[in-house]
Amino acid sequence: MTNAALVLEDGRVFRGEAYGATGVSLGEVVFSTAMTGYQETLTDPSYHRQIVVQTAPQIGNTGWNDEDDESSKIWVAGYVVRDPARTPSNWRSKRGLDEELANQGVVGISGLDTRTLTRHIREQGAMRAGVFSGSELTDDASMVEQVKASAQMLGANLAVDVTTDKPYVVEAIGEKKFTVAALDLGIKSNTPRMMAARGIEVHVLPLTSTFEDILKVSPDGLFLSNGPGDPATQDHAIALTKEALGRKLPLFGICFGNQILGRAVGRGTYKMRYGHRGINIPVIDVATGKVAITSQNHGFALEGTPGEEFSSEFGRAVLSHYCPNDGTVEGVRLLDAPAFSVQYHPEAAAGPHDAAPLFDEFVTLMNEAR
Amino acid sequence: MPKREDLKHILVIGSGPIVIGQACEFDYSGTQACRVLREEGIRVSLVNSNPATIMTDPEFADATYIEPITAEFVEKVIAQERPDAVLATLGGQTALNTAIALHERGVLEKYNVELIGANVDAIQRGEDRQMFKDIVRKIGAEVPRSAVCNTMDEVRKTVAELGLPVVIRPSFTMGGLGSGMAYTEEELERLAAIGLEESPVTEVLIEESVLGWKEYELELMRDRNDNVVVICSIENIDPMGVHTGDSVTVAPAMTLTDREYQHMRDVGIQVIREVGVDTGGCNIQFAIHPDNGRMVVIEMNPRVSRSSALASKATGFPIAKIAAKLAIGYTLDEITNDITGETPASFEPTLDYVVVKAPRFAFEKFPGADPTLTTTMKSVGEAMSIGRNFVEALGKALRSLETKSVGFWTQADPEGATLESTLKQLERGHDGRLYTVERALRLGASIEDVYNASKIDPWFIEQIAWLGTLRTELLEAPVLDEPLLRKAKRAGLSDRQISVLRPELAGEDGVRALRHRLGVRPVYKTVDTCAAEFKSETPYHYSAYELDPQAESEVAEQREKPKVLILGSGPNRIGQGIEFDYSCVHAAMALREAGYETVMVNCNPETVSTDYDTSDRLYFEPLTFEDVLEVVHSEQRSGEVAGVIVQLGGQTPLGLAQRLADAGVPVVGTTPEAIHLAEDRGQFGKVLTEAGLPAPKFGTATSFDEAKEIADEIGYPVLVRPSYVLGGRGMEIVYDEESLSGYIARATEVTPEHPVLVDRFLDDAIEIDVDALCDGDEVFIGGVMEHIEEAGVHSGDSSCALPPITLGASDIENVRRSTEAIARGIGVKGLLNVQYALKDDVLYVLEANPRASRTVPFVSKATAVSMAKAASRVMLGATIAELRVEGILPATGDGARLPEHAPVAVKEAVMQFHRFRTPEGHGVDSLLGPEMKSTGEVMGIDSSFGKAFAKSQTASYGSLPTAGKVFVSFANRDKRAMIFPVKRLADLGFEILATSGTAEVLKRNGITCTEVRKHFEGEGNVVDMILAGEIDMIFNTPYGNSGPRVDGYEIRTAAVAKDIPCVTTIQGAAAAVHGIEALIRGDIGVQPLQALQAALRGDA
Repeated sequence: MTNAALVLEDGRVFRGEAYGATGVSLGEVVFSTAMTGYQETLTDPSYHRQIVVQTAPQIGNTGWNDEDDESSKIWVAGYVVRDPARTPSNWRSKRGLDEELANQGVVGISGLDTRTLTRHIREQGAMRAGVFSGSELTDDASMVEQVKASAQMLGANLAVDVTTDKPYVVEAIGEKKFTVAALDLGIKSNTPRMMAARGIEVHVLPLTSTFEDILKVSPDGLFLSNGPGDPATQDHAIALTKEALGRKLPLFGICFGNQILGRAVGRGTYKMRYGHRGINIPVIDVATGKVAITSQNHGFALEGTPGEEFSSEFGRAVLSHYCPNDGTVEGVRLLDAPAFSVQYHPEAAAGPHDAAPLFDEFVTLMNEAR
Repeated sequence: MPKREDLKHILVIGSGPIVIGQACEFDYSGTQACRVLREEGIRVSLVNSNPATIMTDPEFADATYIEPITAEFVEKVIAQERPDAVLATLGGQTALNTAIALHERGVLEKYNVELIGANVDAIQRGEDRQMFKDIVRKIGAEVPRSAVCNTMDEVRKTVAELGLPVVIRPSFTMGGLGSGMAYTEEELERLAAIGLEESPVTEVLIEESVLGWKEYELELMRDRNDNVVVICSIENIDPMGVHTGDSVTVAPAMTLTDREYQHMRDVGIQVIREVGVDTGGCNIQFAIHPDNGRMVVIEMNPRVSRSSALASKATGFPIAKIAAKLAIGYTLDEITNDITGETPASFEPTLDYVVVKAPRFAFEKFPGADPTLTTTMKSVGEAMSIGRNFVEALGKALRSLETKSVGFWTQADPEGATLESTLKQLERGHDGRLYTVERALRLGASIEDVYNASKIDPWFIEQIAWLGTLRTELLEAPVLDEPLLRKAKRAGLSDRQISVLRPELAGEDGVRALRHRLGVRPVYKTVDTCAAEFKSETPYHYSAYELDPQAESEVAEQREKPKVLILGSGPNRIGQGIEFDYSCVHAAMALREAGYETVMVNCNPETVSTDYDTSDRLYFEPLTFEDVLEVVHSEQRSGEVAGVIVQLGGQTPLGLAQRLADAGVPVVGTTPEAIHLAEDRGQFGKVLTEAGLPAPKFGTATSFDEAKEIADEIGYPVLVRPSYVLGGRGMEIVYDEESLSGYIARATEVTPEHPVLVDRFLDDAIEIDVDALCDGDEVFIGGVMEHIEEAGVHSGDSSCALPPITLGASDIENVRRSTEAIARGIGVKGLLNVQYALKDDVLYVLEANPRASRTVPFVSKATAVSMAKAASRVMLGATIAELRVEGILPATGDGARLPEHAPVAVKEAVMQFHRFRTPEGHGVDSLLGPEMKSTGEVMGIDSSFGKAFAKSQTASYGSLPTAGKVFVSFANRDKRAMIFPVKRLADLGFEILATSGTAEVLKRNGITCTEVRKHFEGEGNVVDMILAGEIDMIFNTPYGNSGPRVDGYEIRTAAVAKDIPCVTTIQGAAAAVHGIEALIRGDIGVQPLQALQAALRGDA
């Protein structure tokens, strides 16, 4: 057993055992309340530079398989769990989670009181932290120093770290009906899959793409993906969005993409105290009053009041969805242009599929624009 | 969508008596529903025949009908109350079936009553197996291959296609009644025949075996805006083949990836939509093939179920309460989550702990019953526990059950068990299967071996294997230091378990002393539905041990009000059930009102007491000495504890009284010393002698020779039993020396510490039960109950009447004087139950229990005085005089002398013999005796005994017949007394059947009757006739002596199988005739309890 510590920037230190790789990892500590889907969570690029605390205590029970990754690697900076599985059990499991974390060099910690930690984050807000184990586990003061010296999430431009180097194409399943250019800000594998299932050929493009690069694929629509970091840093993505809106190119955004669309139509974004990370989060569609249980992972949000209608340089728009837990804006829709986005994850993985029809709505927009 | 304004008056149907498969969870759900509806300004009428429920307390509804839950009686209620709607989805299968019957009889249409929650079509789509399968296929999901059969020929044809084994499931039964798994042709023939018989529509489903597949359940809710949420996933550790009520289950599901879980969720949501449950909850079961993940839907309940209660307690999400709100038109997003006080109910709870539920069985009550677990539910209760990981929750659950083993290693291994025999045992579900898993691993089995035998998911097996590793570590460590002790506690091990491994610590107390010295104590976490994402308002706590020094306890400081801890009664079992929970809940209500902060400790998820808003705080914890002591400590740290109440929860908390008092805990009420005075027969005998009260002669024996000597002296028959028991466990009436020797041989633990009591048995005596209250000086008689059965049947199993129907004023005065003398002699402060036998004008004292009795709720309902509320106040220092002034007790008089116009209440016990079979497939004997066997009770209340008795029979057995064939067979001594009742039946048009002896007497008295053969007299005998459904009622008085008593076995068993009334006493027969007359006259009405009680109090 190797000792480990989770050190918070406010000086609080939680002690446990090393889990996965030993060493040090620095990032913003956040908690996820999902009870299933740790493999999807770990490989979600939106968690880049974050230390994820799982509130569910028993983690790793179903091991690691070769099918559920949401990207090519584990993105979380550090991983915090209470009771990791020693032996996984599932017919699809190929190896243990601890083994996978160690293979990929992800420094984790287990055995600490994750609930006390979660309550602390809830009250004090998400903050910088570090997981230290092995030779990196030193005296508290110097570990706190290291944490304090690490980068802040506010103002962090992280999408650039996670975007694809080269464009790639995900073929439509069955008859191809549309072509979509998907701007990769940290896209999850299931998103192009969901589109492909609807006859969409998806061209995933690097963040550095120009609008000409987008036009080159002759898209029926533009998709803005999820991704990590502060949306206020994304001037380039916002400029691309504005171009698309100006040309009335149908547009759909998810999560980070929602913040980008929001900023493109003049709304501000802010950093939430501890964000929304879980797969049980209700969202109400202002237009229908219906509730969807959604998968979410965001630390920033759009400013405004749910249902608020406002005008932008692309015509009228409405803050279309909200979370009834705390009133956070969860979606924006343009009324004079074919564009909408949501703060949550209709592609789920992990999480419920309630919001999947949003992809159909994107299809409808593209149909109407023809 | 806001509340519907057209619903001004709703009739709620309850679930009736506690039976296997339908227990107090429906009191919990019904109570919540009534509360919610009334808060919404809706008039609530209620029908429920079970007096031990909180929901039938008059303050929970506007009109409470303690009437049989049959279509006939509910129609009378509807005609009288004229509600706008009926809510039947919170009263279990009983309420749902009654709703369907009301629909089929055109009652709903006639009175223009809407069925809310789930309509008739949805109920049928959910319950009709073929319709349900079609629905599942329609939405693109899979079901096990199967066919519906109505005859044995169809059954055989189907099995020829599917191959054995197959599952047999009768339609429209609850708790899997009549269902089973057939491995062989013989089993198929037998089980399918039983299944066809149990199904009210003679229909069974024959299904492909999914035996050994992983089993899951989802609890879902839907509102009228079509929003659906999943409240909880539950994983059964016992794989498919064991009824979920008999499985050890875990929440949330432990071994599913998100992909599999979401697939299950998608299918669940599509099912609830397609079935068309408009609003409210439903439960869906799934099976998953362990090797390839193929998922099939097993079944759904379009209503709140036992699993819903478990899910509510496991998550903190109050399913029944929300279901009631949804039924009247609210949508999920309009309802606030009580726990957070901020967020809406339109979300899915997330857990940061693990919940384990374990079943409690009572096979010892049904000698000869096959203890193999199958798809027919056999457990009588359950315990739930919460821990921060699986092993912690498991350890707590096992010790919550109060079985002989209180966690791994606390009992010696069975002798001669080998690895092979242990693995063999694992193949079939059985009580304590996880103990067997642990033993197999210790005997050298690999995880794979255990998996192959049991099909329990290897993840769970590995968790138990890891406990084995920890055991070795604990055994081998040179000293038990703080880190190791903490590790053991975090793994859910009790001090007692650790003490077994570390004998040098001199037992559990030694471990605790060391643990406290090392500062290893639990923290208390909160169940908050949201894994701490939001601040919670509700103090619903559980203990956990953490390694982390940063770990925080979440019990808020409270120093303004003195606190009272109420110890609940733990899992339901025969002899200790809902009645005790009722008393605990009453104490919480009364003490809260009196300005105390009430703190409940209990581990039964089915109960009202474990609802988070019954008390000011709830600790969901095992009721062991260790766990209770830590709760007391936690509460003392955060405020002043005025007292701990142990006398309301039955034997479980009472058994802790002395140790708690010794540990300095302020136990209030009757002192542990006084409790001992009542429970120790020698000491109690002295109390009686001093008071000049007669008792049957008795003696205490520690060996057969001693027992024989005593029996010879006092004369046979004698009643033998172990000391300190509840529910008459191990009690027998012994008629001769030979059976006495047999009894002693069977009672394994006869030692000086565990002596056997030998009492003179009073044949033919009238048994009387008294519930009283004493404040240390004054005595208040709550009620005097006269048993209808002769002495010798356990009081919990016999029916009784209040006010007593044949006792004279002098008898009652004698009862009062004796009760007062006993209360003072023992030194009771609180409740006292005394049992008497009246024989030849001598009132013998049988026993006294200084605690809440099973009859407290019945007495409270029948006399309009809440005994438990008053008792809880007395325990904290109030006097009877003060309570009379406050109005908690009546200003004058007491329950011994009720006004002349007082209604008569009859309590009848409900038996569950039809659930049990011997391994050969025969029915188990339904003979009643001194050992309690009933699971629940009903009450009939009306202006006269006959009507009340008729209602009690209808509520427990269906109905008394008003025409048809009656079989009569009497003991010689009863023949004279029986002539008139039987003559009356004949005059009423019944055909009388009798065996030769009885027939002769009847004919001589001018009663026409048909002679039938006794059961041993060949084919076409009376038993065959009963089984063929040709007989509508049985009068059979047992012959009162050893041999013939057993003689009626076949008749009784057959009556049980056909669910027809079987009256075994003269008084009962006379009462039944009264009741039948009233039924024929059609003048049995229904009256709300509120009106009956007003009459009792004289306000009418």
